[in-house]
Amino acid sequence: MGSDVLDKGAATGMPEAPRLKGRGTPLRERFFQLSLWASLAVGVVFLVWLLAYVVIEGWPRLDSRIWSNFPDIIDPTNAGAQSAIMGTIWVIAFTALYCLPTGILASIYLEEYADPNRWWNRVIEINIQNLAAVPSIVYGILGLGIISRGLGFGQTVLTASLTLSLLVLPTVIIASREAIRAVPQSIREASLALGATQWQTIWRQILPAAVPGMATGSILALSRAIGEAAPLLLLGGLTFITFNPTGVESPFTVLPIQIFNWISQSRAEFTALASAAIVVLLVILLAMNSLAIWLRNHYSHRW
Amino acid sequence: MSPGPGFLKRSRPRYGEGAIKVLLVAAALVSVLTTVGIVIALIPSAVDFFREVGFGEFITGTDWSPLFSPPHFGVLPLVTGTLMVTLIALVVAVPLGLGAAVYLSEYAHRRVRAFFKPMLEVLAGIPTVVYGFFALTAITPLLQDIWPVGDPPQVFNALSAGFVMGIMIIPTVASLAEDSMNAVPNDLRDGAYALGSSRMQVATRVVFPAALSGIVAAIVLGISRAIGETMIVAIAAGGRPNLSFNPLEGMQTMTAFIAAAGIGDLPTGSIGYRTIFAVGLLLFVMTLVMNLVSIRLVRKYREVYE
Repeated sequence: MGSDVLDKGAATGMPEAPRLKGRGTPLRERFFQLSLWASLAVGVVFLVWLLAYVVIEGWPRLDSRIWSNFPDIIDPTNAGAQSAIMGTIWVIAFTALYCLPTGILASIYLEEYADPNRWWNRVIEINIQNLAAVPSIVYGILGLGIISRGLGFGQTVLTASLTLSLLVLPTVIIASREAIRAVPQSIREASLALGATQWQTIWRQILPAAVPGMATGSILALSRAIGEAAPLLLLGGLTFITFNPTGVESPFTVLPIQIFNWISQSRAEFTALASAAIVVLLVILLAMNSLAIWLRNHYSHRW
Repeated sequence: MSPGPGFLKRSRPRYGEGAIKVLLVAAALVSVLTTVGIVIALIPSAVDFFREVGFGEFITGTDWSPLFSPPHFGVLPLVTGTLMVTLIALVVAVPLGLGAAVYLSEYAHRRVRAFFKPMLEVLAGIPTVVYGFFALTAITPLLQDIWPVGDPPQVFNALSAGFVMGIMIIPTVASLAEDSMNAVPNDLRDGAYALGSSRMQVATRVVFPAALSGIVAAIVLGISRAIGETMIVAIAAGGRPNLSFNPLEGMQTMTAFIAAAGIGDLPTGSIGYRTIFAVGLLLFVMTLVMNLVSIRLVRKYREVYE
């Protein structure tokens, strides 16, 4: 290009300075940007389509029957999902009870105590990252082989919530670690300099500051557990159940599995029923996610 | 009370601090025990299975009918079913996920980002059983209606399951790829702009190559997700093992088989029960390899830029 300019100058005999012209945005730049934008738009359009579809399909069936009636395989107009909704509440409550303390304590160890140069801490680290990506059905196999049959806990709320808490534990740990990491180092140093012990520093300074972030991450992890169906298929979740759980020893079913069950029925009434139950499930998840976002915005600390 | 001469003495030993540390270590070890538990759950039953069936027959056999008589234990139809659906999902998710990542990282204004990022998070938060329902009752009938040439897709088919799964893993691919693009230092971009590069040139020739290890990690993690996804394929791809490369046919994946066998509540110790663990072991090993590759690659870009 440079030599071009020189040649031109030589040909006309006039010295011509190279000029920096604005050329506007070339077509391929615009096309590239448009296709990037479109690839985002596909996801959004799909999401809107999916939500509209389940609401429209489920609308005729979306009334109090869903939560006040029990499953009915003969008469779909009379069927509801009460045992599944109550089952979901039982299972998730115990999942939270098992996985939140464990996950938060583990994240405190990894962030505040563990020396990342020690090989065992690196093993724990890689192990958690891998567990976060192990297929959920493999956790189902773990629950089936070890918890349900190995330990003899059977097809109960207890087995289901233990399995789900192992499944979401990595998510809880990763989220709580991020919350702890967001607390500035100067807070720790100031507390230690005033003579506080390490645990006093953690308990009185770091945890209060990190709790909103931990709560947000934990709620998001639990909402993943609420939507999970695959591992529970292996743990007896698909059993036809027309009563609510009464304890951790009760057999159970949960909302996603009840939905799966209704999808598998060929009659059209059950498709509408499945859509209505999906709307209920999505509303529960939406409520939890809104709570998480509200917590994040309302309590998040600016350092 | 004025401090005496012993004021700067070492304080009394605090046993509580030590006890707390033990508790924290124990909590961290639960995750290690989970992995140990998975291995203990899988290996013995899988070994029992291979004693009965033979590893060669399992890994090379082309007929999977474990509950028929005579039973056949060739896992290849399940593997090809899994790979077929995974491939379709990747064809959807890789271009769309990377396109979304480049847009969010290099083009989007703050307000546009604030709109699209939560949208992707919502997409990631929808239960897979809902995706499966949508694939079976909305996408498949639509494909059957608009199919231009030849036989339309079957009621259960790999195509709509794979397509919907692809949409499902867009957030996985996009978020990890965007992270790695954000980690590319602005000096590189500024340098390229100073040399007269356009925005597209900066995105494709500077940022993309610089973030490549993270982008590959994102794709590998997406593959791992697709291989391990259960509900979408169990609902929309059918329950028949089918050694076929025609995406319009129904086919069973490894995960869908495990789910189907698990629903059956087979008696402990039966050969049918053991197939769950043999197929599960194969699935676990496949995803483990993918995950470790992905973790390794992420570590690599973190080392370079952070």
